[in-house]
Amino acid sequence: MSSDIASRVTRKVDVRNKKKLDGKGQFWLVFRYFALTILFVIAALPIYIMVINSVKGITGVTQSAAFIPPTTLDFSAWGPTWEILREPMFRTLFFVVQSSIISAVIGAINGFVFAKWRFRGSTFVFTTFLFGMFIPYQAIMIPLTKFNQWAGIGNTIYVLVFAHVIYGIPICTLIFRNYYAAIPNELIEAARVDGAGMVRIFRTIFLPLSIPGFVVVLIWQFTSAWNDFLFAIFLTGGSPKLSVATTALNFITGSGNQVYYGNNMTASLIVSIPTLLVYLFLGRYFLRGLLSGSLKG
Amino acid sequence: MLKKSKVAAVFAALALVVTTAPASTAATDKQLEIFTWWASGGEAAGLEGMTTEFNRLNPNTPFINATVAGAAGVNAKGVLVSRMQAGNPPDTFQAHAGEELSSYVKAGQIEDLTFLYKSEGWDKVFPKDLIKTITVKGKIYSVPVNIHRSNVLWWNPAAAKKAGITKAPASLDAMLADMAKFKKVGIDGIALAGNGDWAIAHLFDYVLLASMGPDKFNGLWTGKTKWSGPEVSKAIDYLAKILAYGNSSKSLDWPDAGKLVTTGKAGFFIMGDWASSQWQSEGLKLGKDYTWAPGPGTNGIYQWLSDSFTLPKGAVNRDAGIAWLKVSGSLAGQDAFNPKKGSIAVRTDSNPKLYDAYLQAAMKSWKKDRLVGSTVHGVNWGNAGMAAYNSAVGRFYSGGAKDKKGFVKALDAALKAHQNS
Amino acid sequence: MKAKKNRVHSPWGGFFFVLPSIIAMAVFVYGMIGYTVRESLQNRTNSYTEDVFYVGLTNYIELWQDPEFTHALSNLLKFTAVFMIGCLLSGLIMSLLLEKGIKGEGFFRSTYLYPMAISFIAMGTSWRWLMDSARDADATGLNYILQKVGLGALQSDWYTSEAGSMFAMSLPAIWQMSGYVMALFLAGFRGIPDDLREAARVDGASEFKIYRHILFPQLSPTFLTVLIILGHISMKVFDLIFGIATKSYVTKVLAIYMWQVIFDFQNYAKGAAIAIVILLMIAVAVIPYLIYVNKTEEANK
Repeated sequence: MSSDIASRVTRKVDVRNKKKLDGKGQFWLVFRYFALTILFVIAALPIYIMVINSVKGITGVTQSAAFIPPTTLDFSAWGPTWEILREPMFRTLFFVVQSSIISAVIGAINGFVFAKWRFRGSTFVFTTFLFGMFIPYQAIMIPLTKFNQWAGIGNTIYVLVFAHVIYGIPICTLIFRNYYAAIPNELIEAARVDGAGMVRIFRTIFLPLSIPGFVVVLIWQFTSAWNDFLFAIFLTGGSPKLSVATTALNFITGSGNQVYYGNNMTASLIVSIPTLLVYLFLGRYFLRGLLSGSLKG
Repeated sequence: MLKKSKVAAVFAALALVVTTAPASTAATDKQLEIFTWWASGGEAAGLEGMTTEFNRLNPNTPFINATVAGAAGVNAKGVLVSRMQAGNPPDTFQAHAGEELSSYVKAGQIEDLTFLYKSEGWDKVFPKDLIKTITVKGKIYSVPVNIHRSNVLWWNPAAAKKAGITKAPASLDAMLADMAKFKKVGIDGIALAGNGDWAIAHLFDYVLLASMGPDKFNGLWTGKTKWSGPEVSKAIDYLAKILAYGNSSKSLDWPDAGKLVTTGKAGFFIMGDWASSQWQSEGLKLGKDYTWAPGPGTNGIYQWLSDSFTLPKGAVNRDAGIAWLKVSGSLAGQDAFNPKKGSIAVRTDSNPKLYDAYLQAAMKSWKKDRLVGSTVHGVNWGNAGMAAYNSAVGRFYSGGAKDKKGFVKALDAALKAHQNS
Repeated sequence: MKAKKNRVHSPWGGFFFVLPSIIAMAVFVYGMIGYTVRESLQNRTNSYTEDVFYVGLTNYIELWQDPEFTHALSNLLKFTAVFMIGCLLSGLIMSLLLEKGIKGEGFFRSTYLYPMAISFIAMGTSWRWLMDSARDADATGLNYILQKVGLGALQSDWYTSEAGSMFAMSLPAIWQMSGYVMALFLAGFRGIPDDLREAARVDGASEFKIYRHILFPQLSPTFLTVLIILGHISMKVFDLIFGIATKSYVTKVLAIYMWQVIFDFQNYAKGAAIAIVILLMIAVAVIPYLIYVNKTEEANK
């Protein structure tokens, strides 16, 4: 049960020990903090570099001074970089919001069926869905490009909406299925006694309880679609009319001709900000989505 | 047709939340979308020069620049092919003259432009030899805008003075001796740009040419000169010796490697002459902050490459594409582009006064030197061969320049990759 | 049992609601995989093949003779091994440090997990800088830090020399995924009833023995999950390497080579064959796993 698994991680463990720590216990406590701090430094290092080098202006950023914080804050790299990224970022937002919402709706319906409204062979069907979560997208990329062309969406941003909705079905279904599985069957039984059909039960009982599930799925789809590079580069091919956050960023940073690392670092940071904000404010739900991906509670 | 629009309509209907799609559908009004890998420094400045000329002639056609930065087009080409496969080509795109172009010709992805050569009179003002490299079965497929030289040696006079080097080395051996002098005073003998392999392959291209001469060199690309032969073996030995003098950072891009030279941390740099315009855009002065000579051992040989523009089949704005090609081939267009880009014009009637001292010298060399194509920049081999060639060199370099046998084998495989593509 | 009851009421109602998804999966997952398989058995080895016919397993056989493919494959296997072991260890260590609860746990947990929220394209430059191979006086990045902390002898070429390239390349991957593994293990540890621990303590077992004999055995399903998740992510690795080293030979893995084969060589048959190889390597681990999960769930009903 995914709702449980996340709260298990964040469960408050009683820190204050009843008995006073002896010498050995104190040593271990200090050791743990020491180790945790080292791990913290390692985890923070790459983003530290990104942040401090984005406020050193455009031309003043060099690799040899990567770790040295700036003496004065210089945001001059932000303006021009934002100019380049603005359109791709809004475009990304545009398609990511759509694909997340559609995915969540589909996931809720599928999840409800697989959890509470099973049919003969539904477990098997569900398992075949799950396999779709693991496939390397390279294995479907060639025909997918062909399909998009045929369907007439090859030149529009909808190719990305489409891809993220379709290939998001397995994970969204899984998250909702696990979420609904935790809701007691007695609720259904009671409603059935009152003569309610399954559709009405879903609409009037399950949907109102689904807000957290929706938040989890929305965040999950938002993050993965925002950070996606593979679909973006294969399906839009870097057309400027279709460039999204990661492809636009790659054309700034992945370039052999990049001279000004100020732009480069700033662009990296700007593109990361939306997902970081989501993580910062909705980290709990993000964690839930992550753990649901593990199939089992 | 009905089906297609239905699918699109369904998706449009699902666009619930954000209603301000920023240009998510193709604009219906006329525009020009051009695809290049000129993103920074002199390249971008040159492109802007040509764009200005285009806008002057076509004031009602908005200009969209689909620049995919970097790595001599190594990344750009992948993106380009994916766009063409998605049936969404730009209106015109950049491709190197030579075999690289034939990759697109064979795939039936670009249009025959012979009609433009007739109507614009380019067959008279473009060098015959160059036109030959963009002609397949009697049809001309692109409009070259510039000529670069790839076998150029760059160095920093101040650093050379420190090492006691007074003049440019004239042979590979002399160059190795000078690199040893640099090393003695704590300067890396040569600047290497290892990221993505191509710049090392560029160096090897020059070493091959310098050590075996142009005739044998030309034979390599057709199979006439054997990769397993003694000439290549000698060249690989030279390459290994040169690499040993390189900077310890192996993941630099070429502008960063160039900076090692201009800041006096590295001695020599073998790079195309776009380095000059790059440095000038950084405010450095030719002759003072950096200087040049033909690659040691290749004096009198002009290893060239040329950027050209094409007309992809199925381009949305074909007329705008043709208008761009006309500007690319025009005298005004080429003279607006090249002085900033740091290359010489293709047109023989270009005005030398607009060009700096290096480029004027290059123009003279272009007229009298022996011409040999660059491999890494698309003249000798197509995309497949080039990718395999870069990988082969990258393999040798990252393996510590030891595995000569494997290197030869990989080079031989690259020839096959070229022939099979 | 309860599920059965529902069935009695509306045996196929649910089916119709998931039918659109079933069709989508059938077409866009299984159908398209089928298409790719077909492509890999045909002769479209360049952009202009017009006479298309089946060539059997030729493309696959040629892959095994292609040194670049075997190089990419061995790179991928090395990467996978280091990445999985590294992630398991660091995630386990993180969870061990945190699992009993400690002041500031939420803060540490969040910082360990944030890399999951960032795109690898965005982290490319930072990691390229960190793993720069310049040494001693020229050193930047990790080599510089190593010197500063007195470990100058450990300076490395990182991903730029053939011997260590994939070990180095797995560092950013470990950096990104450790937090995830930590979260999974934390969930595992905290799902174990406290009584088990307490009982062992009362019996006088040492902390080490409690972990070794009581807690770790309880975590074996978690271990399995972690292995599967890390394994399939590793097999598919693309943007992490593309963001740092583009298509450099030294760090080439199957997904990058496939990209090159499709776009630089326009060799669709070979590209499709590589994609299918990646798929098969994932499938041999994932399919038994899915069946296992399926069975245990049925058993728990």
